[in-house]
Amino acid sequence: MKTKRKVGINGYAGYVPRYRITPKEIGEVWGKDGEMMAKGLNVESKSVPSPDEDVISISIQAAKWATERAGLTGDDIGAIYVGSESHPYAVKPTATIVAASIGATPYLTAADYEFACKAGTAAIQTGMGLVASGMLENTMAIGADTSQGAPGDALEYSAAAGGAAFIIGKDDLIAEIHHTCSFTTDTPDFWRREGQKYPSHGGRFTGQPAYFKHITGCTECIFEETDTGPDDYDYAVFHQPNGKFPLKVAKKLGFSKEQVLPGLLVTRIGNTYSGSAPLGLAATLDHADPGDRILVTSYGSGAGSDSFDIVVTDRIEEIRHKVPTIEEVIEDHVFISYSRYAKFREKIDIGAW
Amino acid sequence: MNIPRLWREIRQRYQGIGVECEPCGRVYFPPREVCPHCRRGSIGNLNEYELGGKGKVVTYTQVHEPMEDYKMMVPYIMVIVEMDEDVRMTGQLVDVEYEDVEPGMEVEVTIRRLGEESPSGIIYYGYKFRPTR
Amino acid sequence: MRDVAIIGIGETKIGELWNQSLRELGIHAGLGAIRDAGVTGEEIEKMYIGNMSAGRLINQEHIAPMIADYAGLDDVPAVRIESGGASGGMALAQGYMAVASGIHDVVVVGGAEKMTDVGDEEAKKILSSTADWEWESTFGATFDSLYAMMARYHMRKHGTTKEQLGMVSVKNHSNGALNPNAQFQRAFPLKVVLGAPPVAEPLGMFDCAPLSDGAAACVLVSEDIAESYNGEPVRILGLGMGGDHMAVHDRRDIDAMKATRHAARNAYDMAGLEPKDIDFAEVHDNYTISEIMAIEDLGFFSKGDGGPATERGDTSLNSKISINTSGGLKAKGQPVGAVGINQAVEAVIQLREDAGDRQVEDPLYGLTHNVGGTGASAVVHILERWS
Repeated sequence: MKTKRKVGINGYAGYVPRYRITPKEIGEVWGKDGEMMAKGLNVESKSVPSPDEDVISISIQAAKWATERAGLTGDDIGAIYVGSESHPYAVKPTATIVAASIGATPYLTAADYEFACKAGTAAIQTGMGLVASGMLENTMAIGADTSQGAPGDALEYSAAAGGAAFIIGKDDLIAEIHHTCSFTTDTPDFWRREGQKYPSHGGRFTGQPAYFKHITGCTECIFEETDTGPDDYDYAVFHQPNGKFPLKVAKKLGFSKEQVLPGLLVTRIGNTYSGSAPLGLAATLDHADPGDRILVTSYGSGAGSDSFDIVVTDRIEEIRHKVPTIEEVIEDHVFISYSRYAKFREKIDIGAW
Repeated sequence: MNIPRLWREIRQRYQGIGVECEPCGRVYFPPREVCPHCRRGSIGNLNEYELGGKGKVVTYTQVHEPMEDYKMMVPYIMVIVEMDEDVRMTGQLVDVEYEDVEPGMEVEVTIRRLGEESPSGIIYYGYKFRPTR
Repeated sequence: MRDVAIIGIGETKIGELWNQSLRELGIHAGLGAIRDAGVTGEEIEKMYIGNMSAGRLINQEHIAPMIADYAGLDDVPAVRIESGGASGGMALAQGYMAVASGIHDVVVVGGAEKMTDVGDEEAKKILSSTADWEWESTFGATFDSLYAMMARYHMRKHGTTKEQLGMVSVKNHSNGALNPNAQFQRAFPLKVVLGAPPVAEPLGMFDCAPLSDGAAACVLVSEDIAESYNGEPVRILGLGMGGDHMAVHDRRDIDAMKATRHAARNAYDMAGLEPKDIDFAEVHDNYTISEIMAIEDLGFFSKGDGGPATERGDTSLNSKISINTSGGLKAKGQPVGAVGINQAVEAVIQLREDAGDRQVEDPLYGLTHNVGGTGASAVVHILERWS
């Protein structure tokens, strides 16, 4: 999908809750060797939202900072799409609350997206369409999650919280998005039925036929459509369900570790689901120099991938430090016990209020 | 049923929209219809003003006996903050340990969940404070 | 304007009165006062009843006619007065004004609250609604926490210590031990007080008054007929009210209560007295810090000296000034909307020299101080011995 007009990112920011828990701490509760688990997943710790944080509060923080960084106000934003699989409401949009928080209401269009972990990048594509078509000047795309793994499940060691917001526009770009493409199939690797608190998954089926096939398929598609290869990019960001998969898929596609590491946050904050690739991109933008080219490929179970070919502009230097960088956000963290984590994540039943 | 009551204050809770008194320049949050200093002279002369969201702790406490909505936060810290605009607000202070709190500490607004009607009810969001980054 | 006397008093025991409803509490206090005064039902022209929140606590509004009805006084016009924790004091003020103005000759004022028909948390929530619900409570501020923040501020500014706060509690419990109507009739050593679990730091459990059931009533008459009844009269010599911003954060000096200061100044002016003339005072010690601020704001001690004065024992029974001889809200209990009337009842008992072991020696003037919410309203009365 090549855009007819110039479109890109003019503001971005990410937010990750302050609390962390280690696989070791989780493993102790379930009689598992957490350190081994940490090594196996390449996840040292995962972020935990405090009881007053959810996808809405995370999205609001990211949206406020992205708007500030772009030097825009809410009035400038014509659309907000929030991608998540843990929207606090089943019915009632996250996007309207985010819109009100940045003063973007009432003259905008807004909706919530869900496509497992790639809902955020789907939101970016929608925003690109609206801007490239000339319908809107600026749109906001957010990917955020506070996903949970069932207690004791393998997912519990990595399911984390965080999100990032991007303002997609045509002026004052800090990065141009030259191209995007998607790769979508019906692959039931991971799901959560309506009314269920925790997701279910197909175990090892989530690997080869799901994550690897889609990321590889989508990335090869963008290589072909843009006539590029791994060497043409300075950085690559892949969806990060754990610390192993993105490095493995990168290697398979011909990328080096160095291209991936600046955006590889999962080792410290865990899998932020819809926030994963967006936060990886935000961290990479924090790191990149003007002219750098970034490949992004997200992955959402169910299943699909979105790839983006992004080139950083000179303006990045001007706005980078107007709000906290991802590194600055992640730096401020506190490790908590499993009992505190259980309280934070409402795994303790305190009965009816 | 507090829905309309909290809904009508969304701009205050999410964005910190107060008013500035044109005659004396004082800022009020939440908005007032009458400036307590200028009184009659202020009526019709209070203009919308968006707080910058930064301030300093005036006084604080750690709450151990909460109201219902804050049960999961216990123990939690409450503060009165003097904003840069010289107006004060009451709110929860998060993302900090109690031992590290002191008067004069610089804080900034963060939007968090304030509570919910019930597990099936509306969720309320609004400002809290955290140490300034 | 003419002088007004209290000629009869009545009150229930204060506490967790599981067997009694609000209307029963109100009736018992009211009938007690009427009996003490020796007035007949036909003579009563009006009733004012202080109550904070019957609507939320027992789902009953319009409680004044209900209480009058069940007291057998269904044709007496009865009005509820609400000013948070100052409801009782404000009801007394209304009664005073009705008689002083000449509109009525015989008025009953009462206060009643039933706190325990809802759970503890609900009761706390309802009490917290006397602060600014929209801009304090919904942001997590419990009533305790607002007073705790005043305490912290006072401690920092004046060097008031946690021990001094605790000594307020120790003193009031030791007074309460001498009051048969008190909720807690037991003294506690400072060590126990300081060791209590925290509620909202620096305030612990012993810094906070309980939430209680109870009722109290007084019969007011014009001075010219005061001696024609059985009850030994006590004169209401001064009355003052004060107001302040609803939310604590809108006040500049939160180590003091402006409403108390204004109320006190008005009451002293009206009575032609000064703080040093007062022999004893019932002050609104819903928290220990409240008493420390009150004894400063009422002019008994200079600002900042409330803590040290308490430590010196200057507020103990029959010392420099006897504060909260009844045990105060802390030990006598806190039936919120009745508190102001309970205070008046204690003042009358003291001025009649009927207080037994807790009697202030030869008292001439007593003061009552009643606060609404976190200090957005306050009322002060000064009472004088009849002869």
